Amino acid sequence: MTTTEVSVNLTIDGQAVSVPEGTSIHMACESAGTPTPTLCWAENLTPVNACRVCVVEVEGSRALVPSCARAVEDQMVVQTDSPRVRHSRKMVLEFLGSSVDLSQATDLAEWMRHYGADPDRYDQPDLPAERISEEPKIQDDLYIRDYDKCVLCYKCVEACGDDAQYTFAIAVSGRGFDARISTEFDTVLPDSACVYCGNCIGVCPTGAIQFKTEFDMRSAGEWRPDEQEVTTTVCSFCGVGCNLELHTQDDQIVKVTSPADHSVTHGHLCIKGRFGWQYVQPPTRR
Amino acid sequence: MADLFIGDDTADEIEIAAVAAAVGTPTAVVRESERLVYGGIHRRRDHRHLLLPALHGLQNAKGWISPGGLNHVCEVLQVPPAEAYGVATFYEMFRLDEPELGPETTHVTHVCVDAACQIAGNEELIAEFEARGAHVHRSPCLGQCERAPAQFHQGIGRPDSVPADAVEADTVPADAGPADTVPADAVEADAGPADTVPADAVEADSVPADAVEVAVKIPQQGGPSLRLLRNVGVVDPTSLRAYRANGGYRALARAIEMGPVAVCTAVADSGLSGRGGAAFPTGIKWRAVAAEQGRPKHVVANCDESEPGTFKDRVVMEQDPFAVIESLTLAGFATGAENGWIYIRGEYPLATARLRNAVGQAREAGLLGDDAAGSGHSFDIEIRRGAGAYICGEETALFASLEGFRGEPRSKPPFPTTHGLFSEPTAINNPETLINTLDIVLNGAEDYRSRGTERSPGTKLLCLSGRVSKPGLYEVEFGTTLGEVLELAGPLTGSGTLAAVLMGGAAGSFVGPDALDMPLTLEDTRERGTTLGSGVVMAFTDEIDMVAVAVRIAEFFRNESCGQCVPCRVGTVRQHETMVQIQAKGSLSAQRRSLVDDIAEVMVDASICGLGHTAASAINSAIALGLLPEGGHDDDH
Repeated sequence: MTTTEVSVNLTIDGQAVSVPEGTSIHMACESAGTPTPTLCWAENLTPVNACRVCVVEVEGSRALVPSCARAVEDQMVVQTDSPRVRHSRKMVLEFLGSSVDLSQATDLAEWMRHYGADPDRYDQPDLPAERISEEPKIQDDLYIRDYDKCVLCYKCVEACGDDAQYTFAIAVSGRGFDARISTEFDTVLPDSACVYCGNCIGVCPTGAIQFKTEFDMRSAGEWRPDEQEVTTTVCSFCGVGCNLELHTQDDQIVKVTSPADHSVTHGHLCIKGRFGWQYVQPPTRR
Repeated sequence: MADLFIGDDTADEIEIAAVAAAVGTPTAVVRESERLVYGGIHRRRDHRHLLLPALHGLQNAKGWISPGGLNHVCEVLQVPPAEAYGVATFYEMFRLDEPELGPETTHVTHVCVDAACQIAGNEELIAEFEARGAHVHRSPCLGQCERAPAQFHQGIGRPDSVPADAVEADTVPADAGPADTVPADAVEADAGPADTVPADAVEADSVPADAVEVAVKIPQQGGPSLRLLRNVGVVDPTSLRAYRANGGYRALARAIEMGPVAVCTAVADSGLSGRGGAAFPTGIKWRAVAAEQGRPKHVVANCDESEPGTFKDRVVMEQDPFAVIESLTLAGFATGAENGWIYIRGEYPLATARLRNAVGQAREAGLLGDDAAGSGHSFDIEIRRGAGAYICGEETALFASLEGFRGEPRSKPPFPTTHGLFSEPTAINNPETLINTLDIVLNGAEDYRSRGTERSPGTKLLCLSGRVSKPGLYEVEFGTTLGEVLELAGPLTGSGTLAAVLMGGAAGSFVGPDALDMPLTLEDTRERGTTLGSGVVMAFTDEIDMVAVAVRIAEFFRNESCGQCVPCRVGTVRQHETMVQIQAKGSLSAQRRSLVDDIAEVMVDASICGLGHTAASAINSAIALGLLPEGGHDDDH
């Protein structure tokens, strides 16, 4: 912290906290040691505050406040564990669990236990709760989109658009429960503006967008995250110096990511860094 | 600098002409020199707000938006196709799949399925249309609740129209049967390019000047007590001359004498508050925008009236359009904003035509433009049509829609007074609020406060509908009781007795017959746990199936949720499912009741905007009043 920064004093769950001006309530909570569930928030994307799982109670505010998007104010009094906050977080998680497949959203499982979310209570024997029913879209060899798992967090749209790639191949279409991430007229990806940077994969929190390799291995029951190693290296294709994290299982690269806090990439890559590793392990070299 | 990827589908001549008619031909990519290229990203920034007019053009030309047509718009306006598709699919009035229409099809018939029409035989009307082979679209509230069941004809290759308007224009007594044949002289909502509406393009309105004296518009027409509605049915709504002859534009002249500060003071002192439902003090809003310096500023007339049961702004816009234009100009003068915008819902073709006509005449008379009305202040107005989305009545969603994005609300703060349209300072008011300021400026705050109550000064427009014999728009002083208002609208129709009154629309709440003594003020309604909202007073008798009404209200919110935030996107669906279940099982079990409460709580607490905050309100009040049967058990618990 530099000396010119203005500090803001606030209270989080009765604890006095001092953070630089402009800090979000969410980051202030983190610095106070109060973990907050998030879904649509990411450190390398503009907050859209759509998922509402990070809501907190702010004294003087009628409705709950999205902690990811609201900056702290001096003398703010924040409650992160009040009955209203717990109820809303539980309900948001239940709502998502009752409408989409969260089996690969590993972070959420713990929060659902924490808040006692019971997504099944919306089903009736004769009237099951409506779910987002979508078949996986497998349109090329690089990545798949399985909107059955999509929580509509907007992260992929942001990464494809003006938070990273400026390609604008996908956007939210439709309205309400029928809203989906889509290309224009649901055009297949190879015919769309997609440049296969894979940055949408990098930010997807639920596995709705994933490497074809991962998807195939999961389908075959061969995906074993516990046995995977992550090796950090530098991309060899050009001189920019992007950090790559090679995820390997049985000595085979299964997917590639980049750290969100890396100064060069901010977690984002191009098609070469993201997918250009088949030459390392062509079938002839096995 | 064609940096956008646009697919291979191309537009045909009809589509290209339709887009050109809607948005003109924005500056093409121009190479000034090797290094200076105009177009591409600049064009995207400059012309994105023309996306909605362009999409309207396509929809109207072919009855749907084709991939080739969309590509063409994207090329012209430099909008990424995926985003344009996302915008187009957001609106009820746009189709993205080719409809099976015969070459003879001239329109799609929208029939309202919301409460007032639901209890007035809309299903019979739909069946009748379908039996005749008409293309019927089941629409949310069309804002014609006083003539339920309502219909709206969305034209294909011809203008949109509302049959009742044409009937009214011809001063022919309303035919009881559905008027499926659209008269040739139906009004045109989309005359001329949206960004430059030349005065001569507004030939659209075909209402003869003498017609207005014959057709009854409002039950109290011409009454001495009317303030806001005094011109309705009395002054020719198509003539600036007639408007001025009846005192029009005197308020603006007075405002110019007073100066902006004094105008804001008068509005603040009058105690005028927003009439859309939130009741925010108008004076505070205007002063906040007036205080902003150094950036372009806007005043917006929120004419996207879509709250089920509401038609007050439609009547004002149709019958007294110059008052809307004058008061918006006055707002621009008071706040120092140079840009006036009218965002009107797409299903209001007559109001749109009349406002276009009014803007054209005002511009020609020098009441708009540089040195508007001799104020020394530059001010002009653009009119934009919505395309069927209740959420766009929410102010920040309206801004997004007008800017050419999906009508998704933004988080507040920041508020519109600092970050409104195009993220610039904006004062946004609905027509009813705006026209109140004319009276305030002309007669002073003290006179204004002599009507109504201390905390709710002035008069209020109320939309009476449902089982009353004289449905229509009424103007009463704040403090008039609910019973007195219902009496104005005449005895109940049918053989039942009063069971409930829906106050404030789908986002409002039901009250029982015990509330007839309730004075209609902001404070009294709040104290009784209800709301005046947008002025809806809809009467239900005990012959009406209230479960079906509740199911439809729940379905309305489910359909109209923008989908952005989880509490509303999923909560409205789960709420609808519980209502469907009552219908299936005959009652609401205790378990389901607690689920309804849980769903309501998260929507109220954690939704982004007012739609989610109020989506459970009417249903909760219906349960509390015992209008929905309770009891029984779930099978699985």
